[in-house]
Amino acid sequence: MKKKLLGLLLTVAMVAGMTACGSEPAATTGGNQGGELIKVGIINNDSNESGYRTANNKDLQNMFTEANGYAASFAYSNQNDEQVNAAQKFIQDGVEYLLLSAADTAGWDTVLKDAQTAGVKVILFDRVIDADSSLYEASIVSDMDKEGETAVTWLTNQGLSEYNIIHLQGVIGNAAQKGRSGALNTAVENNANWNLVIQQTANWSAEEAQQIVQSVIDSGESFNVIYAENDDMAKGAVAALDKANISHGVGKDVIIMGFDCNTWALQELYNKNWNYDGQCNPFQASKIHEIIQKLEKGETISPKVIIMEEKGFDANEITEDDIKNYGI
Amino acid sequence: MQMLKKITKQQIFIPIAALLILAIFNLIADPSFYKITFSYNSAGQPVMTGNLITILDSGSELAILAIGMTLVTAACGGQDISVGAAVAISGSVLLRVLCGSNTRPETLQAPIIVAFLVSCAVAMLFGAFNGVLVAYFKIQPMVATLILFTAGRSIAAWINNNELPVISEPRFGYFGGYIPGIPIPTPFFIAILCIVVAVLLLKFTNLGLYTQAVGINENSSRLNGLNPALIKFLTFVLLGLCVAVVGLIKVSRFSTINYSVIAKDIEMDAILAVALGGNALSGGKFNLAASILGAYVIQFLTTTLYKVKVQSDALPAYKAVVVILLVVMSAPVVRKWLAGLGKKLTKQVKEAV
Repeated sequence: MKKKLLGLLLTVAMVAGMTACGSEPAATTGGNQGGELIKVGIINNDSNESGYRTANNKDLQNMFTEANGYAASFAYSNQNDEQVNAAQKFIQDGVEYLLLSAADTAGWDTVLKDAQTAGVKVILFDRVIDADSSLYEASIVSDMDKEGETAVTWLTNQGLSEYNIIHLQGVIGNAAQKGRSGALNTAVENNANWNLVIQQTANWSAEEAQQIVQSVIDSGESFNVIYAENDDMAKGAVAALDKANISHGVGKDVIIMGFDCNTWALQELYNKNWNYDGQCNPFQASKIHEIIQKLEKGETISPKVIIMEEKGFDANEITEDDIKNYGI
Repeated sequence: MQMLKKITKQQIFIPIAALLILAIFNLIADPSFYKITFSYNSAGQPVMTGNLITILDSGSELAILAIGMTLVTAACGGQDISVGAAVAISGSVLLRVLCGSNTRPETLQAPIIVAFLVSCAVAMLFGAFNGVLVAYFKIQPMVATLILFTAGRSIAAWINNNELPVISEPRFGYFGGYIPGIPIPTPFFIAILCIVVAVLLLKFTNLGLYTQAVGINENSSRLNGLNPALIKFLTFVLLGLCVAVVGLIKVSRFSTINYSVIAKDIEMDAILAVALGGNALSGGKFNLAASILGAYVIQFLTTTLYKVKVQSDALPAYKAVVVILLVVMSAPVVRKWLAGLGKKLTKQVKEAV
């Protein structure tokens, strides 16, 4: 009996812990006080998906506060059907604006039409969807293809006599992976002196990246560029290089390239251990705010697609201010 | 013939055979697979590198988990699918204690041993949660652990307020890397330590016997004075301890954590290690050594596939082939057929002689 009681207590404690964790975003739901606040429903991907998403979510939470004139409700999921359900709930709740970062590109037509009928204005952020552009007011997105192109252009300008590249890809099929891989693949096809030593997906994971690079080192093949599609994988690759005492960074044997601009990664750049880091800009909140203000005044947004400005950082040019301003 | 039969009947024969197949494949494909080089890393410390070292290094976490998973499987006849999420939680707790409220501390806020003990306590508590559900509420292990499997990574992120702490203290990196002056990766030593502790535990207590008894027949073990629920509960708590050790190694490897990626899909590999060890997934008798060897065989397979440059998103497909082979081989129908075939062959051989 005692044990059963203990078991029950444990279970209750766990469930309480879970709901405490689950209710955190809900706690940010503000009441609509006197109709002055603008009611927005924000649908985002799970914020511990990546450092990028954490920064993105924080940025949104800081912007859409009562102090800034918003009553915001948040919903998080990496699954499209759950996101669609959340959208329907927000429409029923009578939000004025629906902000959406969709998990999948497809399957949004019906719910967006419902939104239109209900007079809810839809703004897409971060991710594009396959729906008619009449269904949303604006779309604020990253151009992943351009991120890849910026990085590859930078690499071309390094003027190496031969490029032997270890290409560490993200989860295959992801928009970020497609854009960042696409540019490099084109460059490898078009230049005779560009070779891929290995092209593997490390699934955004530092550990898998380390194992892949380790296996290349163990097989004795030579390489002088590591093109990792996020910072974590670049970190894993560097760990393998350090273990084999292969020098990397500015003026060293191997060029290290990463993406996402995590603060610690920019610090590596600043210390000249890495060479390049491409930005994927998560700070869309202020742009969304601008657009909502314009729509409130009755203006229309054109062009509808707004592409976030994204930089690529070179280890030779990065400053401490850059780390502060662009690190996530 | 008799001898061959004796060998193949041994449970540990399955992982050894798998290991031999992989070893021979590599020997034919490229003997340089076995090259081990002794050199110095960029910090000037001696290290040994090579594919075999990579296997010992990266396979260690799986070997440690396989210990706990074998016990849970034997006692409950089911598997814990939440170990990956639990590793994320225990790693997150470890970092939280070390970092305090600052995510980039200059100095550690607590001794590593204290942080580790706290993470052990938390991981065992979560193990106890699973254990209570399975042992006392009689929920199917896979369903019971599905709760933590779904919620675990969010809990892990919540523990650190969604921040990604980074530890700059080099001593913390020893557990997943190298202790200065020792050229063999530390995770391997930690795995050995865990194995020794597990073996001693099984040798000097009745846990092993009781676990098998409960797994084979719960009712008769109760009639013989055992407490099946308590035994099941204990195996989950022990698995929790294994999880905490793995959490320490994983977090130490890069001195940071990524909640969605850390120990991803490791539960499947751990279950596969148990299966590859020839243990019945429906519980009962178990062989710890076979499971541990199974874990290293899985890493051997992974490293081999990296070496021959198989696209790593195809890795799960290769593992699936292994699973299918194992499942088919252990199916009663196939076993019967194989036994029949064996008898026929011996008969023919005898007649020929």
